[in-house]
Amino acid sequence: MGKKLLLKNDHITGIQGYDVYRREGGYASVEKALKTMTPEAVVEEVKKSGLRGRGGAGFPTGMKWSFLAKPPGVARYLVCNADESEPGTFKDRYLMERIPHLLIEGMITSSFALGANTSYIYIRGEYYYVARILEKAIDEAYANGWLGQNILGSGYSLDLYVQVGAGAYICGEETALLESLEGKRGNPRIKPPFPAVAGLYGCPTVVNNVETIAAVVPIVNDGGDEYAKVGIGKSTGTKLISASGHINKPGVYEIEMGITVEDFIYSDEYCGGIRNGKKLKAVVAGGSSVPILPAHLILKTSAGEKRLMSYESLADGGFATGTMLGSGGFIVMDEDTSIVKNLWNFTRFYHHESCGQCSPCREGTGWMEKILHRILEGHGSMSDVDLLWDIQGKIEGKTICPLGDAAAWPVAAAIRHFRSEFEDYIKNPKNIRDVKHYYRLNNLVEA
Amino acid sequence: MAKVTIDGHMIEVPDGTTILQAARMIGGDVVPPAMCYYSKLKTSGGYCRTCLVKVTKGSEKDPRPMPKPVASCRTPIMDGMEVQNKTSPDLMEARAGVVEFLLINHPLDCPICDQAGECSLQDLAYEHGLSRTRYEFSRRTFQKIDIGEKIKLHMTRCILCYRCVKVAEQITNGRVHGVMNRGDVAEISTYITKAIDNDFSGNMIDVCPVGALTDKTFRFKSRVWNVNPVDAHRNCPTCSGRVMLWMKGPEVFRVTARKDAYNEVQDLPDGKPGWICNECRYDKKSTSDWTIEGPSKISRHSVISQNHYVLQEPAHKPLLNAVKAVPANWQLENKK
Amino acid sequence: MALTKEIRFNDETMALVQRMMKRYPEGKHKSALIPILHIAQAEFDGWLSPEVMDYVASVMKIQPIEVYEVASFYSMFNLKPVGKCLIEVCRTSSCWLLGAEDVIRHLEKKLNIKVGETSADGMFTLKTVECLGSCGTAPMMQVGADYYENLNLEKVDQLVSRFKAEGKRKSYTDQPEPRSL
Repeated sequence: MGKKLLLKNDHITGIQGYDVYRREGGYASVEKALKTMTPEAVVEEVKKSGLRGRGGAGFPTGMKWSFLAKPPGVARYLVCNADESEPGTFKDRYLMERIPHLLIEGMITSSFALGANTSYIYIRGEYYYVARILEKAIDEAYANGWLGQNILGSGYSLDLYVQVGAGAYICGEETALLESLEGKRGNPRIKPPFPAVAGLYGCPTVVNNVETIAAVVPIVNDGGDEYAKVGIGKSTGTKLISASGHINKPGVYEIEMGITVEDFIYSDEYCGGIRNGKKLKAVVAGGSSVPILPAHLILKTSAGEKRLMSYESLADGGFATGTMLGSGGFIVMDEDTSIVKNLWNFTRFYHHESCGQCSPCREGTGWMEKILHRILEGHGSMSDVDLLWDIQGKIEGKTICPLGDAAAWPVAAAIRHFRSEFEDYIKNPKNIRDVKHYYRLNNLVEA
Repeated sequence: MAKVTIDGHMIEVPDGTTILQAARMIGGDVVPPAMCYYSKLKTSGGYCRTCLVKVTKGSEKDPRPMPKPVASCRTPIMDGMEVQNKTSPDLMEARAGVVEFLLINHPLDCPICDQAGECSLQDLAYEHGLSRTRYEFSRRTFQKIDIGEKIKLHMTRCILCYRCVKVAEQITNGRVHGVMNRGDVAEISTYITKAIDNDFSGNMIDVCPVGALTDKTFRFKSRVWNVNPVDAHRNCPTCSGRVMLWMKGPEVFRVTARKDAYNEVQDLPDGKPGWICNECRYDKKSTSDWTIEGPSKISRHSVISQNHYVLQEPAHKPLLNAVKAVPANWQLENKK
Repeated sequence: MALTKEIRFNDETMALVQRMMKRYPEGKHKSALIPILHIAQAEFDGWLSPEVMDYVASVMKIQPIEVYEVASFYSMFNLKPVGKCLIEVCRTSSCWLLGAEDVIRHLEKKLNIKVGETSADGMFTLKTVECLGSCGTAPMMQVGADYYENLNLEKVDQLVSRFKAEGKRKSYTDQPEPRSL
C-alpha cells in the first residue's frame, strides 16, 4: 500500500461528521497554524512541500501564494475551485462527499496563510447535494469555533461560504470562476491583470483546487519537508487519480507519485486491469484535454523507460510522445474503442462548453466537431484530416483562456498517434456505426 | 515613459500604453487590425483576436519572449519590449486563421449589406483572408429583428465584438440588450421584445464593425460610396452636435458621428468622444438643420472617397506639393 | 404551461434570499444571482420564465438584462418549461464509453419522447448533459438533486417507474436522497 495523506481516514465510519473527524485528529492544522505559526511561516511550509496545483496546470502552489498582492487596507480572498468539470475527473466530488471537513480545514489554514477574512468555495451547480454536505460541515465548524470571529483566540477571523454554479465547464477556469462568483456570465477575463493582483471584486485573490487546499492540511501538520519526501522528484506528495473507462475497478485512488503507470492500470490495488480480458488500446491520463497516448507510449516513454505517474514522467517526450498529468482524470480505453468517435465525443464537449467570447474557440470548436461528424457519417475525405490538423493549430495558443488549447490538444494527439484509424474510416465508411442518433442529441441537424 | 519597438520602429510612450495604442502612434503598416477594441469604450477588446502580436522580448528587465501571441489591444507595454506584427510570418498565418474563423459563419452577403464599403470585416478579409472558403457546412443564421425603433439587428452578420453592449453600458442609462446564450449560438438580444430607447442608443450603429446594427432610416437607401460625407454641426442641447452628413445632392441621407482613421468616433476639441444623440442622428435630415463645414476627411484608400472628391482642374497645373497645401481646392461633386 | 402560482417568494424563501445577498461585501450582492436563480427555478415550476427573471431582478435591484444574460449562459437554467422530472443523462467520455448511448436510446423509447422533448403528461423531460463528474460510476444520470450511478437498463426502468409513482417535481435544491458511501 502506498502512502495516503488525504484519504487515510476514508474508511472510517462517520468521518463525514465533525465528531469523528475531530476525534481522528481533524483541525490540528488550524490549531498549529493559528496558535504557533505566522501566516508567512505557513506559506513557507507550502513552498517547501513542493505542492503543485492539483486542478490541472500543476503550478507550484507556494509560488502562487507568494504572488498574492498585499496592498494595505484591501481585502484578500481565497476561492476554492470546486467546479470539477474536466471529463474523466471526479476526485474532488469524492473528497468533498467523503471527508468534507478536510476541505473546510484546509480552507481555514490556507485563508489564514493568505490573510483572507472571507473565503468562498465555488462548486459546480450539478454538485448541489455536495454543496449541502459542505454547508453542513461549515455549520459544524462555526459551532465548534473553527470559523467566525477571533478563531481560537488568535485574533484571526474568517467567514466561509459555499457558492453554487449552474452548469458551465468554463467556470473551472479561474477568472471565469471569479466572474461567475460575481454573478455574471462565466466569461474568462483577459489577463493581465492576474487574480493575484485583481481577482474577486478587483481585490487580490488566490484560486486553488479542492485537492490542493486539502493537501495543505498534511503539509502544515507534518511540515513541508516531510510532505516533500513523499513522491518523486518535483512531483511531491500524493495525487488523487480518478480512474474510469474500460477497467475492472474504476474509482478514486490516492497514489504516491512515482508508481508506474503499468502498476496503476494492472495491479489489483488500483484499476485491476482491463475489463473482460481485453487489451489496452489508449489512455487519456489527465482529463479529456490532455493528449491521448496509445498503449505502448503510456506504458513506456519513447526512450523505453517505464512511464511513472508523475508530472515529469507523463510529460516526458513533450506532446510528440508524451502527455500531461493534468487533473488526474485517467480514462482507459480498450482495444474495441474507436478513437475517431471518442475524439468526436470530446470535441462536441468543447464545442458545447465554449463560452463564445473569442473567435478561434467559438468558431473553431464547432467546425472541428462538424468535420469529425462528417467523417463518422462516411462523407469524409483524406483532406479532412489535414484540415482538422490545421484548424486545431489555429486555435491553440490564440484564445483568451486555455479552453482553446484544451479543445485543440485532443484533436492533435488523436491525429498524431492514430492517423491510420481516421484514414480507415474515410476509406471504408461501412466500418462506421450509426451516429446520427447522437448528432441529433446536440440539436445539430445539418451536415 | 517606456520604450517599445514594433516591427523595428522604436517609440517612447507613457507607462500603461497598450501595444496597439503604441502601434497607432507609430502608424502605417505597423498597426494591427482591431475588430472589437474601441479606444473610446472602457474594457473593450481582447475578444476577436485579430490584433494578436508576437512579443519577442518581454522587457529590458525580463527579456524572455512571451510564449503565446498576445492581444495587442489589452497588453500593456513594458520598457524595452520588442514586438513583431507584419514582420512575423507565423503571426500573419495565425491572423489569417482568426480571419477565417470570423468568416466561417459570416453570411458574406456584402452585395446586399448596407455596411459594404465601410465594413471593418470586409477590409480585414480583403487584407488577410483567403479568396475561398474551407468551411462546407451551413452557416449560423438568425432572424432580423428591430432592436429599437430605428435600429435593425441582423445577428447573422454579428462577430460578437461586444462594442454595442459596452456603448449601452457606458454611454446610455440602463442597458436593455446584451449577449445571450454561449458558444457559437451566443447572440446579441434584448431577450424579450424590449425596444432600446435611449437618447444615445444610435451610437451602437456607429461602433458596430460589421452590418449587424444598421440605421433603419438609411437602410437600402444608398450605397455608402454613392453618398458624400460632409462635416456639419448644430447647436444641440443633448450632444455636441458635431456630425457627418451623408448627402446626395441637397438631400441628407443619413447622419453619423464623425469617424477617425480607425473608424472610431472622433474626439471633440475637449478630448471627449464625439458621440451624437438620436435626435441629431435620425430627426435632423434637412440641410437647414445644419451648418455645413465642408467635405469630411475620408481615407483615400476608402471606396467612399472614390469618384466624389475630384480635384478642381487648375488653370495651370501646380506642383504636386502645392496641391497638398490647398485643401480648399477640394469640392463636392453634385450628382443628380 | 401556465404557472401554478403567483410569482412571489414566500416569507421564508425571501428571508433566505436576503441572507444570501449578505454573504458578499457591500454593493456586491449581485454575486447571489446564480444561487437565487436556482431557488427561483425550483420555486416556480422548474423553469425561468421572463416574468420570474424580472421578479428576481426586482428583488435583487439589478437590471433584468443582467439576469437574462446569466440565465441563458448556464446549462442548468431552463428557459422553457420542463416536465416534473428532468432526466439528465451524461453523454461525455467515460459514460459514453460505457453505454450512455444505450441509456439514452432506452429512455427515448420508454418515455416515447426524443431528447429535448417533454412527455405528453408533462411528467418527464429528457436531456443530455456534459460530464457530471461521475465517470467512475458510469453511465449515470441526474434527476433533481440526485445522482443515479452505475446505470443499466433495468435500473433505469425501476427509476422511471418510481418517479412516475411519486409524481413529484424534482429540483436541484431538493433534499438529496441518502447515499451509501
